[in-house]
Amino acid sequence: MSVDDFIGLGYLVAAALFVLGLKGLGKPRTAVRGNQLGALGMLVAVLVTLLDREIVSFWQLAIGLGIGAALGVLLALRVEMTAMPQLVALFNGFGGLASVLVAAASFFEAVGRGSDDLQVSLAAALTALIGALTFTGSIIAFTKLNESWDGPTVPAARIVNIVLTVLSAVAVIAVVADPDERLWFWLVVAIAAVLGVTITSPIGGADMPVVIALLNSFSGLAAAAAGFVLDNSLLIIAGALVGASGLILTAIMTKAMNRTLVEVLFGDAPASGGGMDADEVYAGKVTSTSADEVAMILDTAERVVIVPGYGLAVAQAQHAVRDLTKALEANGSEVVFGIHPVAGRMPGHMNVLLAEAEISYDALVEMDMVNPTFEQTDVAIVLGANDVVNPVARETEGPIAGMPILDVDKARVVVVIKRSLSPGFAGIPNPLFAADNSMMLFGDGKAAVVEITKALAEV
Amino acid sequence: MSPIVALTLFVIAVFLGVELITKVPPTLHTPLMSGSNAISGITLVGALVSAGTEYSTLTTVLAVVAVALATTNVVGGFLVTNRMLEMFRAKPRPKSGDDT
Repeated sequence: MSVDDFIGLGYLVAAALFVLGLKGLGKPRTAVRGNQLGALGMLVAVLVTLLDREIVSFWQLAIGLGIGAALGVLLALRVEMTAMPQLVALFNGFGGLASVLVAAASFFEAVGRGSDDLQVSLAAALTALIGALTFTGSIIAFTKLNESWDGPTVPAARIVNIVLTVLSAVAVIAVVADPDERLWFWLVVAIAAVLGVTITSPIGGADMPVVIALLNSFSGLAAAAAGFVLDNSLLIIAGALVGASGLILTAIMTKAMNRTLVEVLFGDAPASGGGMDADEVYAGKVTSTSADEVAMILDTAERVVIVPGYGLAVAQAQHAVRDLTKALEANGSEVVFGIHPVAGRMPGHMNVLLAEAEISYDALVEMDMVNPTFEQTDVAIVLGANDVVNPVARETEGPIAGMPILDVDKARVVVVIKRSLSPGFAGIPNPLFAADNSMMLFGDGKAAVVEITKALAEV
Repeated sequence: MSPIVALTLFVIAVFLGVELITKVPPTLHTPLMSGSNAISGITLVGALVSAGTEYSTLTTVLAVVAVALATTNVVGGFLVTNRMLEMFRAKPRPKSGDDT
């Protein structure tokens, strides 16, 4: 068996391990093992690659691997669970940029050796396009999630994006037509990099999970495209698997918001206002409450549903919520969490935070499962969520019409913990806050929950 | 590999990916994303070959940077996924409130 055959077999083993790994990641019982199988596949792939006879020098590989591994370990072990969306976005960006650089190196080498293979030049141009877009898009997503920078304001974003898309297509054609001129390749990279910024910048708030999932998919597609440049089966297979899984997640997220991908990407943001006037909705109808009063109501509650939103992450309130849950359970109440699919800033964000606070996995209930139970619920506590509990979504018109929501208003009492009556990302008032069975507990999420827990002990 | 074979691999793998991922519970969305993201660091394999070939200074520099970035993605991605999943490991609830 030749060395090339051996490498090919190693790639086959790695591809099989990736498939098993992804399958395992889809079920709670097998997820840890799935992740380990994926990592094992990667190890096999790297080890057999080192046998490649084209590799004549190893010291620079050691440098690259050493720096990367050290940085990866450092970031992975030090990050706070609340900062997880940023880190995932950052890793996405790194993957995208790596694919661009690989495509560049491999493409320049192929052209230098006299190849004018259409597959190589077209794939290199497409890798540059997808990879550079993924890189800058992910960096903007990172700074947004990190709350360090919202990205530049792009005037007429929709037109700018369409123009840039057309320009990038022209540049891709130029690469294919004239592969000897490296300038075209870097031009694709530059245009795609700007496009990544202009597409991601206007997107915010509740649309963030969609973008993160989509960038995840793109990082896979960039790797697959690089596979076409290198004629490498493993890159094609693994990249396609990731691209597909990211697309599925993107579809789940857009469906959970009743929007289309085009609406999210091309700036068709929910129009603010929607004909409703905040003063009209809230005037004289909002009931403000205190932690003591909430504790008294909770004392006799048999069933409590807590609905967390992004505010939980901002307030870092997950541990305080755990303590409240424990206190309520000790008091004889049943407590579950109602999780909306787009609550937070990335798919599954709330689940990660609550799991960090050691809240049991089976206490987290999906929207479709928890909704029928609100009528038998004594108290629903809305913590830092807004649009996902807005009953306006049930109406036929308006910016969030048709978006599936958590039916908290059907609970006997609704306690909304929030800083103010300010609107959510959709920019519309929430009639839930003014409903007869609702009470507003104004203040910081974490402080409010701590106070309720304290008051509950004194009841 | 002929272009058609490569394209066939790609399309079949996309279908396979779709079949594998449908019906993932929301709790696993984040770990699935970061785990699959680590797998997309497979571009590391390509980077290693390009970096070790020493074709020219430019290609070597580009590829070594790619090795570092892809390794960060791979190592960090799998580790952070593992960290998250360890937190998900089913813990017995303090009280059997489910039965009521």
